[in-house]
Amino acid sequence: MTTSSTTPSRWRALTRHHLFWPVAVLILLLLVNVPFTPDFFSVRMADGHLYGSLVSIVLFGSPLILVAVGMTLVIATGGIDLSVGAVVAITGALACSYISDQNDQGALSGVLLAMGLGLLAAVVCGLWNGFLVARMGIQPIIATLIIMVAGRGVAQLITDGQIITINSEPYKLIGGGYWLTLPFSIFVVAAVVAVTVALTRRTALGLLVEAVGGNAEASRLVGIRSRRIKIMVYMFCALCAGIAGLMISSNTSAADGNNAGLWIELDAILAVVIGGTSLLGGRFSIGGTVVGALVIQTLTTTIYTIGVPTQTNLVFKAAVVIVVCLLQSPKFRAKVFGAKFAARFAAKGGAKPAAAAADPAAATEAAPKMEVS
Amino acid sequence: MLNRRNFLTAAVGVAAAGGLAACAKKDDSSGDSGSSGGSKTITLGFSQVGSESGWRSANTTSVKDAAKEAGYKLQFSDAQQKQENQISAIRSYISQKVDVIAFSPVVVTGWDAVLKEAKAAKIPVVLTDRSVETSDDSLYVTLVGSDFTDEGRRAGKILEKVLEKAGHKGPVKIAQLEGTTGAAPAIERAKGFKEVMDADHKADWKIVVSQTGDFTRAGGKQVMAAFLQSNPDINVLFAHNDDMAIGAIQSIEAAGKKPGKDILIVSIDGVKDGFVAMSEGKINAIVECNPLLGPQLMDTVKKVKAGETVERWIKTKEGDFMQDQAKAALPSRKY
Repeated sequence: MTTSSTTPSRWRALTRHHLFWPVAVLILLLLVNVPFTPDFFSVRMADGHLYGSLVSIVLFGSPLILVAVGMTLVIATGGIDLSVGAVVAITGALACSYISDQNDQGALSGVLLAMGLGLLAAVVCGLWNGFLVARMGIQPIIATLIIMVAGRGVAQLITDGQIITINSEPYKLIGGGYWLTLPFSIFVVAAVVAVTVALTRRTALGLLVEAVGGNAEASRLVGIRSRRIKIMVYMFCALCAGIAGLMISSNTSAADGNNAGLWIELDAILAVVIGGTSLLGGRFSIGGTVVGALVIQTLTTTIYTIGVPTQTNLVFKAAVVIVVCLLQSPKFRAKVFGAKFAARFAAKGGAKPAAAAADPAAATEAAPKMEVS
Repeated sequence: MLNRRNFLTAAVGVAAAGGLAACAKKDDSSGDSGSSGGSKTITLGFSQVGSESGWRSANTTSVKDAAKEAGYKLQFSDAQQKQENQISAIRSYISQKVDVIAFSPVVVTGWDAVLKEAKAAKIPVVLTDRSVETSDDSLYVTLVGSDFTDEGRRAGKILEKVLEKAGHKGPVKIAQLEGTTGAAPAIERAKGFKEVMDADHKADWKIVVSQTGDFTRAGGKQVMAAFLQSNPDINVLFAHNDDMAIGAIQSIEAAGKKPGKDILIVSIDGVKDGFVAMSEGKINAIVECNPLLGPQLMDTVKKVKAGETVERWIKTKEGDFMQDQAKAALPSRKY
């Protein structure tokens, strides 16, 4: 983004770019897979569509990206939305139970109606969250906790506590189908991200969201309708979660009220944080969130691929996340290799990128060793 | 994990049981006749764990239906995953002077006090599905439930048959989809399967990858997708439950392979959708883990009440199913 005439400052600008560390970690995680899966980066045609690890990561990561993008805006207003996992479950349950009641499950009109129904329910959940937060002045974490707990019960009620299996080709497309040899979900994600970026960065909306997150009262005093903005972001977040819910249920052609989207809210918050959005609000990065979500999905895939024993899955994940968060912290970087790096930059006029990348590499690779012992 | 939903499980449980009861028909394997034989109706107090899964709601329905069929009076309570609820339910059964108390314990320990009260009141206690650890073995009469280790062994044995039927030659490279980490069924099924492998197939079978799919379809699908990338030469899949196998099948198909042919699949549980997949040729064999233990429980209750001695562990009647039996068995699957 920012470039300057001399090499050292260009390198410094690069490392200081808010996307540098998330992207570096993502690349590193992808590279870790190579010794375990030699053709990790290869993509081939199978069954009429592209097939490979990278395609799987994007396919399985799509719902998380969507949820995290919605979460980003909520967090930018200084809020948080814990209900997204439950909204995922409700949307999937509603859509699938509607489709399973149809005589012709493959009928496009029925499928569209089912999806509309699911998304409507999602938006209503978002409206409720926004109402509680903006109008009633309830702490976001408490307000959204209500649907987080109750929503999953509602989803189970809709599915009668069973897993509803459907057999509908058009519905399968959104989360498990392919279009132009690519997973269709990629296009959905691209569209949602593009619309979000356009709305927040090409119009004043993003600025308003940040203003509300920075200081809701001050922004109200300068004439921003901060309550309305808040309600809007919660509705948008729920809509994103709803689309993710359709994707997750479509991916397995089944609605599982118990497990669909379980703990996705935590992964989404993590993705937002890894992407460099401040939990205090007032500043956000959609691009960072997308990278953050990809980091989390890649991490999950890596755990499956490199054969981490199941008991240590979460420890491994935690170790990597800690390292990523520490790398994100300018204070930590300054303390640990700040002095050394700064001296080197000053003397040599910029180290090679490869050498710089070696340090985080050592840090992340040390993580699994730590928890194995 | 389930705690946060505790206060909802009651409502959901009622709905789930209601939904199931509506479609549940006559129990097929009921051994005893409708009459209880004695002059007085037997009253059974039953405390269920909760209603966390389809398996559990099928279990509840089976107990209720079987009690009705046997003509027993059933006092049913749902513990919503809480031991204190279960203990107070058992205490109320004691004060009501029911004939027999049965329950699926939420946790393994902490039952001595309440079971001693039952013993003092001379009410026999039957455990279902899960066991307890007590200081005094006389505190309960018997356990009616599945043997998860044996299910793992049966999965190993049936894989021999599957391989033979498929005419498989060469090394057997197995991918294992484990259940929720730390859950008894996951640990014991893996253990049983490994026993068979170590005993008879040390040379030719090998588990090349093993990872948890959390007993869910989405988990099975995602983990299998990663397995197929890192180990493209997998030729057998052993899934700890049908749902994970169903998810994995979708990943296998996405990789352009044929489930049931290129990769032979053995799974445990025997839920309806598993049988549907097997009748389509996508699962090769299913080892049943039967939640429908109501009839066996009623049978045991009758014997216990009559003062007959029963075995310490009455294992649930369970079958192993190969593909050719799938179509015939499908209509009888009700969960």
